[in-house]
Amino acid sequence: MKIELPTSAAPALARRSAVAPKIFEWRAFWPLLALGLILLVDAFISPGFFSIRLVEGRLYGSLIDILYRGAPTAVVALGMAVVIGARGIDLSVGAVIAIAGAVMTELIHGGMSAPAVLLATLFVSLICGLWNGVLVAFLDIQPIIATLILMVAGRGVAQMIDAGTIVTFRSEFFSAISTGRLGPIPSRIVVAAAVYALTWAAMRRTALGLFVESVGANAEASRLTGIDSKFVTVATYLISGVAAGIAGILITSDIRGSDANNAGLWMELDAILAVVLGGGSLNGGRVYIFNTLIGVLIIQSLTTSILVSGLPPEYNLIVKAIVVFFCLLLQARPVRQAVGGMMWAKRP
Amino acid sequence: MQAAKVELIGVSKSFPGVTALDNVDVAFQPGEVHALLGENGAGKSTLIKIMTGALARDAGAVLMDGKPIELGSPAAAQAVGIGAVYQEVNLIPTLSVAANLTLERQPRRFGFISWRKAADDARAALARLDISIDVERPLGSYSLAVQHLVAIARALRDDTQVLVLDEPTASLDAREVERLFAILRDLKARGLAIVFITHFLDQVYQIADRITVLRNGRRVGAAPAAKLPQVELVSLMLGHELQAVEARGAIAEAKAGGEPVLSVKGLGAKRVMAPFDLELRAGDVLGLAGLLGSGRTETAKLVFGATPADSGAIHVGGKPVAIRSPRQAIQLGIGFCPEDRKREGLMLELTVRENIILALQTKRGWLRLLSAAEQEQLASDMIRALAIATPDAEKPVGQLSGGNQQKVILARWLVSNPRVLILDEPTRGIDVGAHAEIVALIRRLCAEGMALLVASSELDEIVAFSNRVAVLRDRRKVAEIAGETIERDDIVQAIAAP
Repeated sequence: MKIELPTSAAPALARRSAVAPKIFEWRAFWPLLALGLILLVDAFISPGFFSIRLVEGRLYGSLIDILYRGAPTAVVALGMAVVIGARGIDLSVGAVIAIAGAVMTELIHGGMSAPAVLLATLFVSLICGLWNGVLVAFLDIQPIIATLILMVAGRGVAQMIDAGTIVTFRSEFFSAISTGRLGPIPSRIVVAAAVYALTWAAMRRTALGLFVESVGANAEASRLTGIDSKFVTVATYLISGVAAGIAGILITSDIRGSDANNAGLWMELDAILAVVLGGGSLNGGRVYIFNTLIGVLIIQSLTTSILVSGLPPEYNLIVKAIVVFFCLLLQARPVRQAVGGMMWAKRP
Repeated sequence: MQAAKVELIGVSKSFPGVTALDNVDVAFQPGEVHALLGENGAGKSTLIKIMTGALARDAGAVLMDGKPIELGSPAAAQAVGIGAVYQEVNLIPTLSVAANLTLERQPRRFGFISWRKAADDARAALARLDISIDVERPLGSYSLAVQHLVAIARALRDDTQVLVLDEPTASLDAREVERLFAILRDLKARGLAIVFITHFLDQVYQIADRITVLRNGRRVGAAPAAKLPQVELVSLMLGHELQAVEARGAIAEAKAGGEPVLSVKGLGAKRVMAPFDLELRAGDVLGLAGLLGSGRTETAKLVFGATPADSGAIHVGGKPVAIRSPRQAIQLGIGFCPEDRKREGLMLELTVRENIILALQTKRGWLRLLSAAEQEQLASDMIRALAIATPDAEKPVGQLSGGNQQKVILARWLVSNPRVLILDEPTRGIDVGAHAEIVALIRRLCAEGMALLVASSELDEIVAFSNRVAVLRDRRKVAEIAGETIERDDIVQAIAAP
């Protein structure tokens, strides 16, 4: 058999990859670089940023704080990464967080046992995901519009359940889940880690991840290859719904009350941002689990560093926007090629 | 012959992985309707896009009245008198007819658009075609035929000398076609050169004075319409140049036999395909022959369940089955390589490995993931067996050339080990080397006992590997040709028969 080779392109290609260090092609490189730079700046402006102390059997320190505060966003962003991988988007996650908080609070007041409350809350968030999934997959409504409906209505539902007030509660079980610790590690970090491990297993130890990415890359070709794209699409929204539910439980347990107006407010934007910072494309086709976590850490470490730097809080959003802009600039292909080109050019 | 109005000399154009036009000469005379014919991907659209400034050529020259011209944009072509109406009518249905007709030359008064003048201009433009309609109404409120005439009016200015029409009759009924042709005859009488692209052969003979046939980017024939009988025209369009692969042989010997693997009775769908019967045995290669629009792809998709059928029965391995989705077809051991690779076949962002294992994985279900080692093994086996030119299996498939992409899709189905493989235009848009390899592969597969259903616009290709040929015309199966030797002339006769 004759092998066709693009003869003219082949040597040029080989030359380039010999010069370009392999590390530039590693997907996590640029997000990690951005995260490293932010932490480096922190080390200068705040001595002791990297110190971790053990106080009363629990770890404390700025780095632990970043993980602790970032945990709910990390969980939501992971669900978002899956949805975006299938070329969807879920704007309703913030509202689902509020619903989860309201349902959970209502059930605790109703006298239900804590584990039952947990399961019931997760079930409600699953139903929220199902709603989104059915609208997108079966009614063929564009994801941004379909999830916008729940984004608006969901917070209203949560406010109705709370009857317009902030309802507080006491529950040792839920405090343990959120503010407690497992060994020296804050338990919500453990929860987030478990969610990541489970999602990774679902995506990479079954074919679900491949099918999600296949549908995201080309839905019609996926159908013709025998993938049930509707089922896969619904599954992504189910995952995102449950992820938002878990985040809602963490956030609500943390403040020991349901604040339907503010719980998870703008969280969908942080989650989308985290996915994009991690190198995910809104055009779908890829789910980057580890990179999404890095994206969350970039956002959270930024917030934490602004706090510890003593910068007046009114600068917070501007600084955040500028840093995010540069992170995305680093990942923009034209910039990356230019920077890469300059770096190689210096070598003989 | 009088001097040509527009002449293309040695025009070539390549896109990554495909040669769209290869050294094509064609001359368009004033006062003539010149039909440009060819199957999908023959290069018709590329040719007229170069002629109308929408694409830049790689090589060759465009002459107008004997002088070379450079057309940087469609506007530049308009300026020298070449107007075009593309296949997709690019007008804005929500705007009024007048606004559509004056879109890039709105009459101004004190810096503002003068809508009264625009309406007058629009009426004048339509009057050239003897149309009088209310130009203030939105274009979308008129029938497709009228919309098409408006598009022609837009392309036609006072100084237009060449009018290019790409499939102008595709959405028109017989009466509307008659009206369009009357207008074309009138324009012809006024000395315009008209270039007419269509896939309706009867219309060619109604209106065209001269015919040029393209195939795979090359001009394969040019003659006055009166001197080119329909049978010969069909033959030109479907080609005869596969001498490299010796015609038939292995297949006739590998006698297809036994019970039918796949049997289809009265399968059809309204407005898609009239009910048809097909039968495939192990080792069969059933060719689907017909012109563009005859229902080749539709037949393939109906059998695969990609288009829902509304009548008919399917038996696989002797058992009655219902195929309502590609998923069911795949579970039954049927595979399908679509004609439009990029839209219906490949996940461009996914790697070669992922694309190759996908069909097998869907067959296994989402819970039983193929291990990394199995995936790599399958991918590297296929890369070797089909000689897929890729540095490694982890390259996104979008970065491969057309021929290699096609091999990846073939590999995807071979890995899933189907009993029946449906191939729609397996050699479309790939280079000659890969072309011969794929034809050889088809013959090897059927020697191994796979049943194949192959739709192709290349008649010689069909003759080379089929042991039976189903001939389609106007979305209807009109004949089935079998026997020790299949003659391409028999197929051509069946296609061209009135």
